[in-house]
Amino acid sequence: MSLHLLKLGLKGTDDEPRFFPQPGELKSRYDVVIIGGGGHGLACAYYLARDHGIRNVAVLEQGYLGGGNTGRNTTIVRSNYLTPEGVRFYDASLRLFQDLSEDLDINLFYSTRGHYTLAHSDDAMRTMRWRAEVNRHQGVESWMVDRDQVAEAVPGLDPDCGGSRPVMGALYHAPGAVARHDAVAWGYGRAAAARGVELHQKTRVTGIQQYGGRVRGVTTDRGTIECDSVISMVAGSTPTITDMVGLPTPIEIFPLQACVTEPVKPFLNTIVVSGSLHLYLSQSSRGELVMGSAVDPFVLHSTRSTFDFVEGLADNIVDLMPFTARLRVVRQWAGMSDLTPDFAPIMGTTPLSGFYLDAGWGTWGFKATPISGKTMAETVATGRNHELIEPFRYTRFRDFELVGEKGAASVGH
Amino acid sequence: MRLQWGIDAMRIIDCPLIGPRPVAEFNYGGAVGEPPIVDPTPDQLAAQVFYRAGAPGLLREWWYHRPTGRWFVLERDTATDRVHRIVTPEEVAHAIPML
Repeated sequence: MSLHLLKLGLKGTDDEPRFFPQPGELKSRYDVVIIGGGGHGLACAYYLARDHGIRNVAVLEQGYLGGGNTGRNTTIVRSNYLTPEGVRFYDASLRLFQDLSEDLDINLFYSTRGHYTLAHSDDAMRTMRWRAEVNRHQGVESWMVDRDQVAEAVPGLDPDCGGSRPVMGALYHAPGAVARHDAVAWGYGRAAAARGVELHQKTRVTGIQQYGGRVRGVTTDRGTIECDSVISMVAGSTPTITDMVGLPTPIEIFPLQACVTEPVKPFLNTIVVSGSLHLYLSQSSRGELVMGSAVDPFVLHSTRSTFDFVEGLADNIVDLMPFTARLRVVRQWAGMSDLTPDFAPIMGTTPLSGFYLDAGWGTWGFKATPISGKTMAETVATGRNHELIEPFRYTRFRDFELVGEKGAASVGH
Repeated sequence: MRLQWGIDAMRIIDCPLIGPRPVAEFNYGGAVGEPPIVDPTPDQLAAQVFYRAGAPGLLREWWYHRPTGRWFVLERDTATDRVHRIVTPEEVAHAIPML
C-alpha cells in the first residue's frame, strides 16, 4: 500500500481535487438555465461560456451527469444522412468531434472506423444511392460498394444472410466513427465548470414561470431560480417539460434498447448497420460487440429492457454473422427516445420568448452532441436560430416544411 | 375486465371475445385521434396531424390482434405499462363530419 493511499484512508478524500467542482446551493438568479445534464446540455453550457462569455449558467440534472441517453446510445458518429440540411448539420458535428479530445483535454477514444449500411433489397439500394449522391454533393465521403467488398471488409459476415435476405451492396461512409460517450459528457462538463458554469445534479425542475409572454424562472425541488432564458435539453423527458409551458409538440417517447456481448479478440474494425435486419453493431475498444436495434413497438416512458429485444436481435445477427451464436450477451439496457414524425430534431426558439427547445433526438442524438451545443449556444446568445438549425425549427410542423430523415436516421422503418 | 401480468416477455392482454393473448400477437396502432375538423385552419390541421400528448400518463390506443384480425382500444398508463381497461367501440365512436 502506498503512503498516499494510507493517508487518504485516514484523512478521507475531501481535500483531493474533484473532476467536477461541488456547486453548493442554487443561486437565486442565473442568466441561462439549462434543463438536462447530458451531452447536449453540457456542450451548450461549454459553448455559451467559451464562445459567448455567458458564464452565469446553471445546468440542472434530475439524475447524474450523462446518465440518460448520453450513456445509453451505441456511440456511433456519422453524417451519411438523406437530406442536405441533415448532412450539413451532422457533418459539422463530426468535424467538431474530430478535434474534441484536444479541445476538452480528455481522451474520447474517438476512433474512425468506416460505416457500412447494408442493403438487402432493390428499394434499400435505391435509398443508399440517393444518400451517397446527397452526401457527396455536400462534400461528405460516402459511396456505394458491392456485396464482395462488404464480405471482404466485414470478417465473419455471411453475405447470403442465411439465404433469406442476401446482401446486395452497401452504402460506405468513410468518416463513420465511434467514441466513448460518457467521456463526451464529462469532458464538456469539466470544461464548462472550469469557465464558471454550475452543474447541479439531483435537481429536478418542477415548473417554469412565465410572465408577460416570456420566461422568468424555474422552480425546482431545491428552490426557485430567476432567469432570462431556459433551454430544455432533456430528450426522453421533453413532453413533461413542454407541458409545463403549454407548448404542444409532435414528440412521442419510445424505448430504444441496446446490449453488449462478452469481450472477444479484436476482429471488426468497421461499423455495420442493416435497416432491414433492424441491427447495428461495432466492436468496442474493450472487445465487446455493441449492438442495437429499432425502437420498441409502442409508447413507453421507461428504461426497462426486455427479453423480446434480445431474442429479436439475436435472431437477426445470427443470420448476418453466424459465429455470434457462440457469444453471450452480458449487459442490456434501454433509453427513452423522443421521436418526431419526420425523424429530424426540433431545435431553437419557440413561441414563448426565452424558452428554447433542443429535442426530438429520437435515435440520432449522440452524434449531434457538439454541434447542437454550439448552435443552441449561439441561438440563445443572439436570440435567433443558427442557420444550421433553422430547418429544424419548432414551427416547421405548422408550416408543413418537414425534414424527412426516415430513410437515414434510424433502422427498421 | 381482467388483465394478467407475468414477466415482461410473457405479457398477456385479456380482450373481450378473444380472451387472454400474449402482447406479441398485437400490433400497435398509436393513440386514438380526435374527430376530423371541418374546414380547419392551417394551425388546427397541423395540430391534428402532428401534435401528440407525449407526456407519461393514461393514453387511449389502438391495438390490432393479428391472428383474429380484430382492433381494440386499450387505456394504458404509458409510465407503468399497465392496461387500465378496454374501451368499448361506442366510447370512441364519433360521427363522420360532412365535408
